Amino acid sequence: MTELWEGYIWPGAIIIAQILAIVLPILVAVAYLTYAERKVIGAMQLRRGPNVVGPFGLLQPLADGAKLFLKETVIPTGASRAVFVLAPMLTFILALIGWAVIPFNEGWVLADINVGVLYLFAVSSLGVYGIIMAGWGSNSKYAFLGGMRSSAQMVSYEVSIGLIIISVLLTAGTLNLSAIVEAQREGLWYFIPHFPMFILFFISALAETNRHPFDLPEAEAELVSGYNVEYSSMTFALFFLGEYANMILMSGMVTILFLGGWLAPFEVAPFTWVPGVVWFALKVALCLFVFIWARAAFPRYRYDQLMRLGWKVFLPFSGIWVVLTAGFLLFTDQLPK
Amino acid sequence: MIIATFAFYLFAVVAVISGLLVITAKNPVHSVLWLILAFFNAAGLFVLLGAEFLAMLLVVVYVGAVAVLFLFVVMMLDLNTLNFREGYQQYMPLGLAIGLVLLVELATVGAGWALLPEVEGQLAAPIAAAEAAGLSNTEALGHILYTDYVYFFQAAGIILLVAMVGAIMLTHRSREGVRKQKIGRQLARDPAASVEVKKVETGRGI
Repeated sequence: MTELWEGYIWPGAIIIAQILAIVLPILVAVAYLTYAERKVIGAMQLRRGPNVVGPFGLLQPLADGAKLFLKETVIPTGASRAVFVLAPMLTFILALIGWAVIPFNEGWVLADINVGVLYLFAVSSLGVYGIIMAGWGSNSKYAFLGGMRSSAQMVSYEVSIGLIIISVLLTAGTLNLSAIVEAQREGLWYFIPHFPMFILFFISALAETNRHPFDLPEAEAELVSGYNVEYSSMTFALFFLGEYANMILMSGMVTILFLGGWLAPFEVAPFTWVPGVVWFALKVALCLFVFIWARAAFPRYRYDQLMRLGWKVFLPFSGIWVVLTAGFLLFTDQLPK
Repeated sequence: MIIATFAFYLFAVVAVISGLLVITAKNPVHSVLWLILAFFNAAGLFVLLGAEFLAMLLVVVYVGAVAVLFLFVVMMLDLNTLNFREGYQQYMPLGLAIGLVLLVELATVGAGWALLPEVEGQLAAPIAAAEAAGLSNTEALGHILYTDYVYFFQAAGIILLVAMVGAIMLTHRSREGVRKQKIGRQLARDPAASVEVKKVETGRGI
């Protein structure tokens, strides 16, 4: 009995508690990211944004959630039921499981695995399935076109993301996310030596999460709403939550790979008093602000322009940068052993 | 450890069942989705073996890219599922022969695994030298791939490149009368002649 208790139940309970401690703040962050987006874009367009529900409209996300929760789920006739229902769940689950390897602070990580970067890359590349399954399962041409566009887009930008990650890995010499952050403690944060890749990665992250100006899968003007046009109520809410959770995850990735994760900007007194997790959250918030800013500032790309940018600009540039990085590290004998 | 055993049987059973469903599903898109599930469980088995790098590569390459293209193609094809049974008798012997060859090969590998004496040492320590040096399996693979097998590795890369160029050449066609966007010409325009910059007071709009 004690073996069962100490071997399985107690560790299991601890892991579940840790998972909840990660997932619940993320869900709250997602809810308030939607609020922040509407407020920030409102301010940029000289509007007020949500200001009716609660003080400063702070309860608006809860009101939205309650509304979506209480609506009826409609499954279109002719839809492939299982695929149709699975797609939003898959999107939402994939947006959450990536957080298992994200280090929030020194040692604050659920699973400190050796191949953390690859795990994140794998999870973000799986995100396409939610969209493609929704597009096909809906049995609707608009949804189908949206799914097609999105799968092509995400596969294209993954290639350059992979090459950019390789440049960072060459410099850090490890695939473990905590070790990558630690490697930035001694030297510069990687957004300085890898500045062009930092920009490229951020733009690819916009494309990978289907955000403006690359939100072609749901281009309202041409595709009504794209892959999620047939979805209502909670099934739609799961897509919505998944998209925003993915934005936060991608910002976390940018923070860890380029902005020094939980590290304070200067290792001197007033900065080191602030706990690392606060620095992490601040950096993620900064990235998210730029995500939202990009939405307010840029018009949508045309599809052929998007493909040209991905394959003819980002891919060669990031490939050349890998060679340059490797050559430089080898020449100056800085290659991590 | 009971959980590892349990996880092994879970992954193995799901992999085999989804493998069966790949070939029995009526709808080709469902087949591809089952195939993805099979890939996924194979990745789980790799993790149980301690080969986490291979597991992640399987997910990134096969699930994240290859299967997406499969799905892409299968979804675009206008397939008539009723005609699938046509020519069933004609292809049956060939299919059986290929299946038999694969089965025999698998049996040979399995028997060798069970019977050969030198396998035992490998099972106990698959990457003995690397483990002694305290390397993770990513590093161990890199040490082998980029030293002993570097030419094969490069050759494989070049073959893939040639295949890619070939595929693009075969499908590329240049049509007459297409009005393409000429990026260079657009960028060469004089900004002063085409754009008017307005000074906007902050917080007022135009």
